[in-house]
Amino acid sequence: MHEMSIAESVLQIIEDKARTDGYTKVKAVWLEIGQLAGVEKESLRFCFDVVTRDSIAQDARLEIIETAGQGWCLECACSVAVTARYEPCPNCGSFQIEVTGGEEMRVKELEVE
Amino acid sequence: MCMTCGCGKGQTLIGGRALGGSHALTRQRKPGEEMHYRVRGEDATHAHPHDHTPAHSPAHDTIDFGAGPAGAHAPGMSQSRMVKIERDILAKNNDYADQNRRYFSRHGIFALNLVSSPGSGKTTLLVKTITALNGAQSLAVIEGDQQTDNDAARIRAAGAPALQINTGKGCHLDAHMVGQAMQRLDLKEDSLLLIENVGNLVCPAGFDLGEAHKVVIFSVTEGEDKPLKYPDMFRAADLMLLNKCDLLPHLDFDADLAVENARRVNPTIRVIRVSATSGEGVAEWLGWIKAGCHSTVAAKQKTL
Repeated sequence: MHEMSIAESVLQIIEDKARTDGYTKVKAVWLEIGQLAGVEKESLRFCFDVVTRDSIAQDARLEIIETAGQGWCLECACSVAVTARYEPCPNCGSFQIEVTGGEEMRVKELEVE
Repeated sequence: MCMTCGCGKGQTLIGGRALGGSHALTRQRKPGEEMHYRVRGEDATHAHPHDHTPAHSPAHDTIDFGAGPAGAHAPGMSQSRMVKIERDILAKNNDYADQNRRYFSRHGIFALNLVSSPGSGKTTLLVKTITALNGAQSLAVIEGDQQTDNDAARIRAAGAPALQINTGKGCHLDAHMVGQAMQRLDLKEDSLLLIENVGNLVCPAGFDLGEAHKVVIFSVTEGEDKPLKYPDMFRAADLMLLNKCDLLPHLDFDADLAVENARRVNPTIRVIRVSATSGEGVAEWLGWIKAGCHSTVAAKQKTL
């Protein structure tokens, strides 16, 4: 349950950027969260509401862009979709999959005033 | 602190003292300022020292283009603007972790982050490790727990310097806490640093502390499917210690299946079967540690 720490890190990134860019109100926040990043979206929304209270991002809309999990199957040497880490390769059934995408956690964009 | 998830800040103690400096991973709250909680859709019946009236409340059928800070409207121009950020959410933690990692490599310190669920026998295994090393390797231990100094006291009784981090309501150690603890521990050149994380198979997976490897401890009194239930942690670890193996004859636990499940989420994970009680596998575990210490020191000498 580290969504609270993640929400606090998001707020800190927003506040750091506010100091350099000189905005005083954040209306919307776009996050990019990978399917395999281990983040519970609803819990993150809840924590975001809590930590942004009385900050420049109070009442900001949180938009979460979920990026798909991707992997490289070492057996059949092809790129495959990965929805969970314990799933086998959909082509050959091997578990030798190197995750190549879907682990990102990024603040992408803000709408500010 | 969050009463819902148990997470929170402000209660972290290192060796019984408050976390020094500004804990830059968190927003600093003003003295006396409390965190408020609101469930979505809940009305403002609970007391708040501030006004929650939304700015758009008066007339929902009016669009006021002059209400923004600029007080005017240019055609096609919104009062608001978009700011590109493109920054990793855990970048701050990762920066601290990089600092720790640089320190470790400069000083030839082999650092391990030991993770597991509570009760897997981490501390007992650490005590066994310290006793078995018998002073042959200079080492220090950082202990992470929500509360109490018990684990650090056990480590010190085993003869190794140890510092306790109490995370308060926090569910994991972060790189900043470890950096602070390192300064207080007086780490020796070319030594081993064992960081025992908070017993939790979820959150510590995402927080790099600057360690060389995460080592996951998985005891045979748990279920064989634990790697499938908590794949992120088993994925993040380079070594799995299957602990309490002396109990296998008394349990209905399929050790091969447990290893197979771990390899399903992490095909390259190395596995050592150990028992802190019988000493099984401890020599192999110590061999793995010594090899790590050796290559860390060798890498340091190369850069000198």
